[in-house]
Amino acid sequence: MHTITLNGLTRKFGDLIAVDTVTFTVRTGEIFGLLGPNGAGKTTIINMLTTLLAPTSGDATIDGHDIEGDPEGVRRSIGIIFQDPSLDIGLTGRENLDFHAMMYGIGAAERKKRIAEVLDVVGLTGKADVLVENYSGGMKRRLEIARGPIHRPKVLFLDEPTLGLDAQTRRKIWNHIRDLNTKYAMTIILTTHYMEEADYLCNRIAIIDHGRIIALDTPAGLKRLLQGDIITLGTGGPAESLVPALQDRPWIREINCDNSIMTITATEGESRIPDFFTVAQGLGISIVSVSIRQPSLEDVFIHLTGSSIREEAGSRLGHVHSGMRRRMMR
Amino acid sequence: MIQPAAIYVLWLREMLKFVRAKSRMIGAIAMPVFMLIFLGMGFRRVEFPGLPPEISYLQYLVPGIVGMTLLFTGAFTGMSVLMDRQFGFLKEVMVTPASRISIVLGRIAGGATTSIIQALMMLFLSVFLGFALPAIYLIAASVVIMLFISIIFICIGLILSSFMKDIHGFNTMTNFIIFPLFLLSGALFPVQNLPAAVRVFAYLDPLTYGVDALRGVLIGHAAIGVAPDVAILFIVSTALIGISAWCFSGGEVL
Ligand SMILES: Nc1ncnc2c1ncn2[C@@H]1O[C@H](COP(=O)(O)OP(=O)(O)OP(=O)(O)O)[C@@H](O)[C@H]1O
Ligand SMILES: [Mg+2]
Repeated sequence: MHTITLNGLTRKFGDLIAVDTVTFTVRTGEIFGLLGPNGAGKTTIINMLTTLLAPTSGDATIDGHDIEGDPEGVRRSIGIIFQDPSLDIGLTGRENLDFHAMMYGIGAAERKKRIAEVLDVVGLTGKADVLVENYSGGMKRRLEIARGPIHRPKVLFLDEPTLGLDAQTRRKIWNHIRDLNTKYAMTIILTTHYMEEADYLCNRIAIIDHGRIIALDTPAGLKRLLQGDIITLGTGGPAESLVPALQDRPWIREINCDNSIMTITATEGESRIPDFFTVAQGLGISIVSVSIRQPSLEDVFIHLTGSSIREEAGSRLGHVHSGMRRRMMR
Repeated sequence: MIQPAAIYVLWLREMLKFVRAKSRMIGAIAMPVFMLIFLGMGFRRVEFPGLPPEISYLQYLVPGIVGMTLLFTGAFTGMSVLMDRQFGFLKEVMVTPASRISIVLGRIAGGATTSIIQALMMLFLSVFLGFALPAIYLIAASVVIMLFISIIFICIGLILSSFMKDIHGFNTMTNFIIFPLFLLSGALFPVQNLPAAVRVFAYLDPLTYGVDALRGVLIGHAAIGVAPDVAILFIVSTALIGISAWCFSGGEVL
């Protein structure tokens, strides 16, 4: 069973194609990750799926409802935690949660129970009756996390849910997300820039760049893409001088040099290490350190999307804006 | 399609914020109070042709200033959607299953309640300046007229804010739409005294009928007549509710 299907979904902003014929399906009960550099189009996809933005072409269905033909049906099936702030800062935390639950027609007793429960999960019980404008950034984020799923939607969208949270809280939120997925059978689409978060939570991951899907697989499957181990060598001289001697080895898939650090992706890494020493010795360069590890999701991500910084830096810009907004209100 | 629960939630939110923001309330009625005091004193001896001599200028001015209060507070609550958009809260409302008409009606319910409270405060404050209040049932009737006026200008605010994507157009809208609506309405002087060419615009301004109806019930003097005034207010407000709902369903909210 598929709860979410996207079919050639496309969105343009003027000349910019923010989302380019994206097609994928998400199975019922799955946690599906969207990874991509800043400005890749993740939030734009979510905005279309949550009926906030109309697609330029293509279509999508959520729980059987077409996003353009039956937006109200879609809205009845979904919940979302937005990337950008969306709280009413003139209300208390509890009121934000209560009003949200009321909008979904949840009865008073049940509201009280669920609110007490989620406040406890996100650790805001003591601050529940304080106005949100007096919350810290992380507290606001936790309140958003508490609010999004309170009506127990069939499909939950999480747009960088743990953005700006400390490590302890992030772990707790991960478990909370897993709970929502298993206890209430929520189908979840999640975007994140934390690779270990995607690795830990997602059943499958789509990597998006410039609005297009460039890879889609399970975390393990994505890691297999690199076909090999990551070997890091610390060299006594410039690492680059080793490259000519090594580059025609058939078992080397990729070499990256950064001053005296060389990162190599190689098949059967353990058995290759003596070879590096032989080559280095021949060139009169010492090797001062060696490490070998399995590829992480981050390695795959960098491999697929390149290592240059994206100039759009979408989310950082978003934060500058929200800072400005706050000042304007004061 | 109309969901009372959603309307109630949005109304409740507005009430809570209104009660909390006392400075906002004082700020909102300070301007009309000053206008009432200074215009009322300054034009005390002025006589307008067509106005019965037993009606003093202050008596004449109070319903006009009440109308003005409703115009400004209404248009501003309508345009407060821009604030919600800026703060991201609008998205949160727009992804809920509440129908667009319910969202518009919720805004109107909240905005109208706060506008009318402020207008009534104005009315009672004017007693201290010498305004003679009419019988209680006439005050009750004036509340119905106030409701129509509020609905009209909240809707105009909502419609304007669905076209403006950010807060920057706010002053422009106030200067070029809200102020002219106020000046043309006959809140300060009889529109019958305007030159014919300008008078046409006065008759296109819904506030003209609102102020005239308020005068009809509050001081017993309507130039147009309470019945036609109310009929026009009813038609305009119903139409504007429909247009506002349409503006919020068609466009993208981001
Ligand atoms: N309303 C808009 N008008 C014009 N361009 C837009 C708009 N929204 C997004 N874009 C552009 O579309 C592209 C994709 O943006 P989007 O917000 O979807 O990226 P993202 O993958 O969520 O990035 P991030 O990781 O930084 O949140 C960007 O180049 C952005 O500048
Ligand atoms: Mg984003």
